[in-house]
Amino acid sequence: MSKKFFQGGQHWVWLNAGAISISILMVVGLLLLIAYRGLIHFWPADVQTFTLNVNGQQEQVLGEIHSHEIDMLDGKEREQYLIKMGNRDMYGIDFRWLNLDSIKGTEVHEDVVVVERREWGNVYGFVKTVNYDGKVLKGDFDALEQVVERATDLHEQIRDIERDDIGGINYDIEQLRLEERRLEIDGNLTEEAKADIARRKQERQQAFLDYQAQLNDLYGQIQRDSAVFELVDGRTISVTANNMVRAFQPNNMDALDKTGHYFAKLGEFIFDEPREANTEGGVFPAIFGTVMMVLLMSVIVTPLGVIAAVYMREYAKQGPLTRTIRIAVNNLAGVPSIVYGVFGLGFFVYFLGGSIDDLFYPEVKPAPMFGTPGLIWASLTLALLTLPVVIVSTEEGLSRIPKSIREGSLALGATKFETLWKTVLPMASPAMMTGLILAVARAAGEVAPLMLVGVVKLAPTLPLDGNAPFLHLERKFMHLGFHIYDVGFQSPNVEAARPLVYATALLLVLIIIILNIAAIKIRNNLREKYKALEQ
Amino acid sequence: MTEQTQDSTQKMNQDVKAVADKTVKHSPLANEKIAIEVEKLNLFYGDKQALYDIDLHIPEKKVTAFIGPSGCGKSTLLRCFNRMNDLVDIARTEGQIRLDNQNVYGPGVDVAELRRKVGMVFQKPNPFPKSIYENVAYGLRLQGINKRRVLDEVVEWALKGAALWDEVKDRLQENALGMSGGQQQRLCIARAIAVQPEVLLLDEPASALDPISTLKIEELIAELKNDYTIVIVTHNMQQAARVSDYTAFMYMGDMVEFDNTDKIFTNPSQKKTEDYITGRYG
Repeated sequence: MSKKFFQGGQHWVWLNAGAISISILMVVGLLLLIAYRGLIHFWPADVQTFTLNVNGQQEQVLGEIHSHEIDMLDGKEREQYLIKMGNRDMYGIDFRWLNLDSIKGTEVHEDVVVVERREWGNVYGFVKTVNYDGKVLKGDFDALEQVVERATDLHEQIRDIERDDIGGINYDIEQLRLEERRLEIDGNLTEEAKADIARRKQERQQAFLDYQAQLNDLYGQIQRDSAVFELVDGRTISVTANNMVRAFQPNNMDALDKTGHYFAKLGEFIFDEPREANTEGGVFPAIFGTVMMVLLMSVIVTPLGVIAAVYMREYAKQGPLTRTIRIAVNNLAGVPSIVYGVFGLGFFVYFLGGSIDDLFYPEVKPAPMFGTPGLIWASLTLALLTLPVVIVSTEEGLSRIPKSIREGSLALGATKFETLWKTVLPMASPAMMTGLILAVARAAGEVAPLMLVGVVKLAPTLPLDGNAPFLHLERKFMHLGFHIYDVGFQSPNVEAARPLVYATALLLVLIIIILNIAAIKIRNNLREKYKALEQ
Repeated sequence: MTEQTQDSTQKMNQDVKAVADKTVKHSPLANEKIAIEVEKLNLFYGDKQALYDIDLHIPEKKVTAFIGPSGCGKSTLLRCFNRMNDLVDIARTEGQIRLDNQNVYGPGVDVAELRRKVGMVFQKPNPFPKSIYENVAYGLRLQGINKRRVLDEVVEWALKGAALWDEVKDRLQENALGMSGGQQQRLCIARAIAVQPEVLLLDEPASALDPISTLKIEELIAELKNDYTIVIVTHNMQQAARVSDYTAFMYMGDMVEFDNTDKIFTNPSQKKTEDYITGRYG
């Protein structure tokens, strides 16, 4: 039997099948791991009260179990829980290892309250008093919920005014300053122009003062409410409404409540801005930046790559020179991406961007506008990085168009260009899309070069907003890949941030998959349209 | 090829030509209007010569067939008429081909314009991966004709001319690649006649088709010769005998004999022609 097995080549079949199985298992396992670790984070865990006996002293700890570990100490197994106990401003730390041996008992109190704050992380405790509308209510969770509800509402208004209205005014005032400076440089700063600018500035400043008055009013309202919580060790902590994001009683929630809470948290993660040095809140600016950069890169790389490929395949004389260029292009795909980053910084940012500033925006000096890392330079750098992929696959596609189709077109009196434009290029479009798919897959996951040419830890504004000219290509942006690195390794609160690393990674993978599926759908449509090349 | 065989073939060619020169006095085209005149045409692929001093007159609104064994240069000659050989980088021609008293290889000739006047249908059907309608309209759109009404009219006329209208009139917007091979080839003919050329070159138009489709194409050729000068290259001698009025026999780059089709197939003046027709080689 075994002889037959080997003679028939069965062992190779098994080897190949095994290799494929292992690959698939690894990919699926990877995805499952990040999906599980990332998604579980948003589920509200029970908050338990642990009674400890440490060195003969009773101590109580309130918190949720974050992880569980068994390690060896002096040849003995030691089982430990990592407890998230919050209240960083009171305890100094918000995570603590508890030895299982020292835990004497655990209880689950229904009235435990968790409050998410804008600063200092969560509060874990019990409601002592709530100060709502000037009335003091004792131990009332419903009142606390009202406080939080009004606080989030007010906070939203404050944010709208601060970011949109006052942000717009600041932008306008900066533009006016630049306009004045520009006139000054050109020697056109007449008294009238000066007066005009001063008048407009005055107008904007007046509007600013109006908004500021509104803001003061809102701040007054939001700071009026507050609540006092009693911690498990008897100390109390006071939190103003201004600082509250969300309050809930995890031990008192049924499955439906928890599901609602879960999706609220998930929504916050996807659609909100980060808080607390990126360890809380959402990643929306990073999602936005990533997608924006990839789209911009696609817009740049596709025409460039296609034109290059068309020239090399259709017009250039095939010889040693084109062969050399082709090899060079292929090798470009193998250059480490950080090298592109360095090139992008040196050429695009400093040289090109600096020249643009000198020529067109002399008024911004000494602060650079384009002469500093930004979205456009990151997109250009990545376009350069992915150019070889697009060129190679477009060339491949062009070479697969049968000669008979070209001859058919030429024989009808089409020129070479007409043949290319009307027949060959449409037929090669699926191949171009293949190139673009590969380019997008590579570009969306690239981090190293971006750190040099435009990605930052926290961007105050999105590259797309309501201030003309709406698309601000020179702005710095956030990126999911860099966000993962930043949250995972540069965070002041590593334990709190770790689940976010998984969640962000999952999101990055999902976005790349979505971008790819979109491109593949387009390609399949094109293929369907121009099928049957093989006959 | 070894030198010896090259020598012997060249010698043979010279023999053939010597005989051909003698008989050129007999003029089969005395009563015909001439559409294309080929004069002393030589064609080289790099160092290799593919056509030797071809002299030929193609009669107007008749079917002229080129026959001969594989590699004898009949397709190459056909492709000279609309300068498709220009696509081969290493091809080079000497001599003249006159269409409307103008040398197609002369300086300043607009090749695209020439190809509009000299339509071509290839061995394998090569419709564009577009709708049937757009395939036929392709040549017109190239000329800048984009008016829907004009296009509709011409597309219908061309498809009727190619005997395809009844089969496809209800699915003009469907992809042409969904048609059968025979339909595709007739579509290619429709596409070629849509721009109303003077000459129609058919390069083995039925060699990739089944017998019924072949028959349809042959019937179509008989129709088309009322309006167009047709030159057809074929491997199939019965086909040449059936469809053509005049036949040229080529061998190793030489025009061995040109005459009425009847005469070529019943009483060829050259030994080579007779050998080929009777199936001695080929």
